[in-house]
Amino acid sequence: MSQLVFLVPLFPLIGFLITGLGRNYLSKTATGYIASGSILGAFVVSCLLFSQVYESGNGQVFTLFHFIQTDGFSIPFAFQVDQLSSLFLLIITGIGFLIHVYSTSYMHEEDSHHFARFFAYMNLFVFSMLLLVLGANYVIMFIGWEGVGLCSYLLIGYWFKNGDYNYAAKKAFIMNRIGDLGFLLAVFWMLAKLGTASYGEVFAQVATLSTFDITAITMLLFVGAMGKSAQIPLYTWLPDAMAGPTPVSALIHAATMVTAGIYMIARSNVMYTLAPFSQGFVAMIGLATAVFAATIALRQNDIKKVLAYSTVSQLGYMFLGLGVGAYTGAVFHVMTHAFFKALLFLGAGSVIHALHHEQDIRKMGGLKKQLPVTHLTFLLGCIAIAGIPPFSGFFSKDEILMAAYVHQPWMYIIAMGGALMTAFYMFRLYSLTFLGNYRGHTDPAHPIHESPLSMTFPLIVLAVLSVVGGFIGIPAVFAENAHWLEHFLAPVFQESNKLVQHAHLGHATEYMLMGISTVLVLIMILVAVKMFGKQDVDVQKEDTGIKKWMANKWYVDELYQAVIIQPLHIFSVLLKNIVEKNIIDGAVNGVGKLVHYGARQFRLIQSGQVGNYLLFMILSIVVFLLIWFNDATIIKTLNNIF
Amino acid sequence: MPIQYYIFLALALFSIGVIGVLTRRNAIIVFMCIELMLNAVNLLLVAFSKMHHAEALTTVADTTIGIDAQLFVFFIMVVAAAEVAVGLAIIVMMFRNTHSVDVHFLNRLKN
Repeated sequence: MSQLVFLVPLFPLIGFLITGLGRNYLSKTATGYIASGSILGAFVVSCLLFSQVYESGNGQVFTLFHFIQTDGFSIPFAFQVDQLSSLFLLIITGIGFLIHVYSTSYMHEEDSHHFARFFAYMNLFVFSMLLLVLGANYVIMFIGWEGVGLCSYLLIGYWFKNGDYNYAAKKAFIMNRIGDLGFLLAVFWMLAKLGTASYGEVFAQVATLSTFDITAITMLLFVGAMGKSAQIPLYTWLPDAMAGPTPVSALIHAATMVTAGIYMIARSNVMYTLAPFSQGFVAMIGLATAVFAATIALRQNDIKKVLAYSTVSQLGYMFLGLGVGAYTGAVFHVMTHAFFKALLFLGAGSVIHALHHEQDIRKMGGLKKQLPVTHLTFLLGCIAIAGIPPFSGFFSKDEILMAAYVHQPWMYIIAMGGALMTAFYMFRLYSLTFLGNYRGHTDPAHPIHESPLSMTFPLIVLAVLSVVGGFIGIPAVFAENAHWLEHFLAPVFQESNKLVQHAHLGHATEYMLMGISTVLVLIMILVAVKMFGKQDVDVQKEDTGIKKWMANKWYVDELYQAVIIQPLHIFSVLLKNIVEKNIIDGAVNGVGKLVHYGARQFRLIQSGQVGNYLLFMILSIVVFLLIWFNDATIIKTLNNIF
Repeated sequence: MPIQYYIFLALALFSIGVIGVLTRRNAIIVFMCIELMLNAVNLLLVAFSKMHHAEALTTVADTTIGIDAQLFVFFIMVVAAAEVAVGLAIIVMMFRNTHSVDVHFLNRLKN
């Protein structure tokens, strides 16, 4: 059965080829079925693989063929199926399938060949992500890593007639490329020092490397993760990635792409455990991103932007978890976050769909009655992300926060602040969208109506998962040995856990921290609902002071514009005007001019005067003789004669 | 007579020929100077031939080594005479066309 692992990425690849090549011939229904069916097929195979890994309890590596073979090293095209990758397979294909089903309705207004193009890209996206997760070495991972970058570019710029969207797509691609460079350098470094990129061999030999090498490799890998998983300073592409259709946002933010960085570090956990500096750096960046993005999310008015910054913030928590050694917690949070963030994005998509592409929450409100299913599922998603027990977000976030507390209590306090902001902005979003009065303008011809079943069905499934998903990781304080996920993932992280002994909190402390956080989160929710859920909430008020800074994203885009883009632009204009025009063009044109000028001058030699020709002839003969017989020979000859 | 005298004479004749060709404008004189150079070379040829023959006679009596160039000179003279006929014909044609034997008038061959 495990030999069928190649089917998992093959299904989406076939789906991509059929929908991509047949985009002018397939009907929308056929496209929808093929694209969703291919992901469903991958999901079924993933389930089988998962159950097998679960039963056997160990991972396997399947080599398909040799990808690169040289004297120095060989890189097989191999897939690794173990606890970590099979879990990610389930998340990617499962949520990917729901998003595909949802998209068949959401994208229905598109022309059929654009519709097929969308699904082709989506399938390719899932294929790349599966390749990334399944690869048994860093090179295969890098292929998938680049693939998701490419697909995100294609999907963010899906509505390519809009210049801003193209700009957003380019921004995402370039930011990712910056990160990819780090990743690539890390792989080269690894190949140079260890001669292999396969996980098993690298992790077995990594302890022989010097601290500097390990730190450098892990830092460079983390640069890749910064780009892909949108961490400070490379996070700005992700909010702009909202330019794509909403299901794309759900796919990028929930199931694929942004979790790639988390997966990569969780996969390389042995290396990070051996490089405490890098791990500390990961934790700091994660913590900073978590809080920073949360402050921005507080004042955003675009329904998708709020969710985008929320994603950046939640990814920050995951990196915090990785940085403090809570690998299981980070993977757990990836999973629960995939559930509720996909739910929230798809719910937002449902709202946007109902309001005919209105995304500004200041023009929403009171949608509770018109969109009952969307409202209920969205509310569940908000509760889950805010972290109210017993919803899924509580368990995963709590695990990371507890690990942070054990590591450094001040980290816990800052992270807690971010979590409170999360609760606040999510319920601000919820209140402005669903509570109060409707503030948009109503069009009698197009009444606001609930979305069709193909859109609400994924919402319901995801809502159920968001509610109960946390029960696979019940902390030890509630029940001994009830943390199913930790036991399941234990083989992947056992090496790291051997190296570092994690302290455990006393039960009383843990109960107290949980109690405090829950109470504070509840207070924040009540405040947010009270402030923004009233009937006549004033949304037009101009932000002032620090709020204005938050609403303008702390002017980070402007800062990058001024510090990096503007100087580069000036530099390139300089190059264009001076180096290009004068030096390069000058050299090319100069050759032509020189030949032309030389020819004009040489022309004068041909005067038509016979005497001149003769003179040149004789002079040439004399010169020729002088060159041919050097002075000594001539003098010797003359001496011989006279 | 030593060979050097012949070389000096040939060099002098040749140089006079070269300078005449380069400086004079009258086509006939230029032509004569060319003949002068030709004869300078001829003279040198005969002189060297004689020298070789004389050297060969000192070892072997009654030898014919070195005399072939002296015969060859006659052929050169014959060819030169033919060439003079052609050259003078050209000069005659030139005079008919331009009423002058000045070679500087002939700088418009391209037209």
